[in-house]
Amino acid sequence: MIEKQTAMKFDERIAWCKEQIEDPTLPTLREFKSRNGSRSPIVGNFPVWAPQEIVHAAGALPVTIAGGGSNLEIDHADSRVQSFVCSLSRSTLELGMRGYLEPVDAMVFTSICDVARNLGGVFKRNFPGIQTFYLHCPQNVASPAAVDYFATELRRFRRAMEDFIGDGITDAAIARSVGIFNEHRAALADLYALRREHPETISATESYLLLRASQMMPREEHTKILRATLAELEARPARRRDNIRIVIEGAFCEQPPWELLESIEEAGCYIVDDDFLLGSRWYDAPVQLGEDPIRSLAEAYVRQSVSSSVRHYGGRPRVDDFTHKIKANRVDGVIFCAAKFCEPALYDYVLLKSVADQMGIPYLAFEFEEKMGVFESVRTQVETFVESILLFAD
Amino acid sequence: MATSQTDTTTNTGRDLQKQLLQNWYSALSHANEKGEKVAYLFISGNIMELLKVFDFHVVFPEVNALQCGIKRTAGDMILKAEDLGYSSDVCGYVKNDIGLVASDMTGPFGKMAKPDLLVCTYSGCNTYIKWFEALAAHFHCPLYMFDVPFSRGPETRTADIRYMMDELKELIALCEKITGRKYDEDKLKALLRCSREAEDLWVDILHSAKRQPSPFDAFFEAVFFMAPIYVMRGSRECVDYYRAVKDEIAGRVEAHTGPVPEERFRVVMEGPPPWPHFRTFWELFKTWGVVCVASSYSKVGGIWDFGYRHDPERPLESLAEYSLECYTNYNLARRVDMLDSYLHDYHADALVIHSVKSCRAFSMGQADMREVFIHERNVPTLFIESDLADPRYFSKAQLKNRIDAFFESLEHQRIVGAQTVAH
Repeated sequence: MIEKQTAMKFDERIAWCKEQIEDPTLPTLREFKSRNGSRSPIVGNFPVWAPQEIVHAAGALPVTIAGGGSNLEIDHADSRVQSFVCSLSRSTLELGMRGYLEPVDAMVFTSICDVARNLGGVFKRNFPGIQTFYLHCPQNVASPAAVDYFATELRRFRRAMEDFIGDGITDAAIARSVGIFNEHRAALADLYALRREHPETISATESYLLLRASQMMPREEHTKILRATLAELEARPARRRDNIRIVIEGAFCEQPPWELLESIEEAGCYIVDDDFLLGSRWYDAPVQLGEDPIRSLAEAYVRQSVSSSVRHYGGRPRVDDFTHKIKANRVDGVIFCAAKFCEPALYDYVLLKSVADQMGIPYLAFEFEEKMGVFESVRTQVETFVESILLFAD
Repeated sequence: MATSQTDTTTNTGRDLQKQLLQNWYSALSHANEKGEKVAYLFISGNIMELLKVFDFHVVFPEVNALQCGIKRTAGDMILKAEDLGYSSDVCGYVKNDIGLVASDMTGPFGKMAKPDLLVCTYSGCNTYIKWFEALAAHFHCPLYMFDVPFSRGPETRTADIRYMMDELKELIALCEKITGRKYDEDKLKALLRCSREAEDLWVDILHSAKRQPSPFDAFFEAVFFMAPIYVMRGSRECVDYYRAVKDEIAGRVEAHTGPVPEERFRVVMEGPPPWPHFRTFWELFKTWGVVCVASSYSKVGGIWDFGYRHDPERPLESLAEYSLECYTNYNLARRVDMLDSYLHDYHADALVIHSVKSCRAFSMGQADMREVFIHERNVPTLFIESDLADPRYFSKAQLKNRIDAFFESLEHQRIVGAQTVAH
């Protein structure tokens, strides 16, 4: 499979990624399953984060199941999820109720929000064929006890995975998987650095499609695709436009339709940073391996997680990290783009917009849903935003 | 936690709790100026006895929010928060509290004291975290994130308790630093002994609803009766309060009175009440002679009716156990089991699920619970929606339709059932 995508030309590869995320029947996973059968189970996780390294070390394929996107009709899940709950939980449940999660053997939910927490319980009851794991990630990350606690929790997860695959997982296997994920995160970091320094080289929409595909395939294969892409981009002709530089904040869990990003870019923005699929870029530096790789993962989660709305900041206030993000990316503006009904993002918006105010950075805020179909109003809003910034700059 | 008439012949419990809360609020209003330390915490899994060791005044923003709800000032407070950027879709309790901050800390209860310490007792919901992060940014005061792992089964209990006890020790050190007082374990034990006494009495009161007819409403009255055990546990007056309520209930049993003139339906209630329309909501049920014989909301601050008690002999461990075992920290399967046992033990005819938009910790999954009760347990289940804080989400006509239709059909089934038996 991988030979095919690395051999593809850039545009072809992006088109392939788009096909994968637009098809709610999860074709990549079905294909993976038909090739590997029970030899390699698929372990999905609900966003934002999961210890995918441990899943990988078990010889299973870790994937992020982030809803059904814009092409999935909701016929069944409305009876289980109230109208005031995010689309993501509804469409993820719908995937299960329609049988599209058939290739997925297990699902992992973590303590990112009240909805995700209880969705785990709904999954457990409705899909006895899917093993459901729930992990409580520590919120008191300033506590010296947090690492011990989380190492215990991760060891429990490791044992659960061992029971699940019917075989042991060695420390060496976990260490090897951590290395593979470090390489993938490094490749993503290079992609993001390229966008920051040369945003004309690759659009945020293209980068987003590549990123989305990463969560549906073996990570080592995706690293190769990213490296091939980065090499190819060096020679890609590009012309810098008079766009403004913006960051997108708030879309770390439910994923926006790619057309939304395209509209923002077409309205005159370089999206130089974002928080899409934040779990795939969860650490601010490579995970350092000590003698006990589980403990190393626990330490990384407690001490090295990127700033987000789903993990309490501990001793490092979220507003400080956001200030740094604005400065490091040399942005002209911020677009707060939270999923409708996403409480963690909607609360943080109020705190973060005050940071933007204090820094004199203009911002625009709107909500999205994965199934939104019309982008004209967003485009008009962003165009006005861009114009006001350009005018102000003059 | 406020007033409204009932059909019962007695109102001792209601009147007394109102008086207790008034005293509690009035002590709070002068705390800052007297230099007395104030800690904010949440109802779910609250560890107030530990803070009381250091003589902190304790403030519960949720109680402030429900006071604003029932006294009809929540709507304005919520709008103030929305003006500051809070979405119309986030929790009304949080917005009420932000509105209070934006109103110079003045609510229907008077002036609210500012915090010297925020303790986020995490067991309830993630919204708690975001709530206190916002308050910490506003008040520039220390925030201790008391992390309470979500219930995942018996095999994680030991590790969870160990983690929480380590946290409690850290919190003790922080309290010593803020107040300049030493931790006194004997004082904590004495407080816990008092808590335990009140808990025994409270459980007796809750169990009295097993009687047919029930002498009290375990939702519409219990949400008032529960206030002292959530906000003033560890005190003598809290124990005295529950003794008085227990006497009142005994008096009702003797006099054959109860919350409705004639008990026709016994239900278990899941979910919080709509505070801004509390009385209207109750009336919709009273009309049908409905008595709630058990409820989950009256357990948000602690579940004692399955045997748990604060234990003075294991002070920190039992505080940790208490926080771990609060209702919203239960996973869905445990919640279903608890409601199921209530339906059975309290001889209930039906389950009512009141799903509120503000609180996804409560409401996400309730629609699935409905499926379980209707299809797997064969329990008549009514599912209705509004909000616990935001008056805009209460539609009386719609609720009345649903409630009337449900009890009409229950009544019909009862008549048909009786005829079938007669033949």
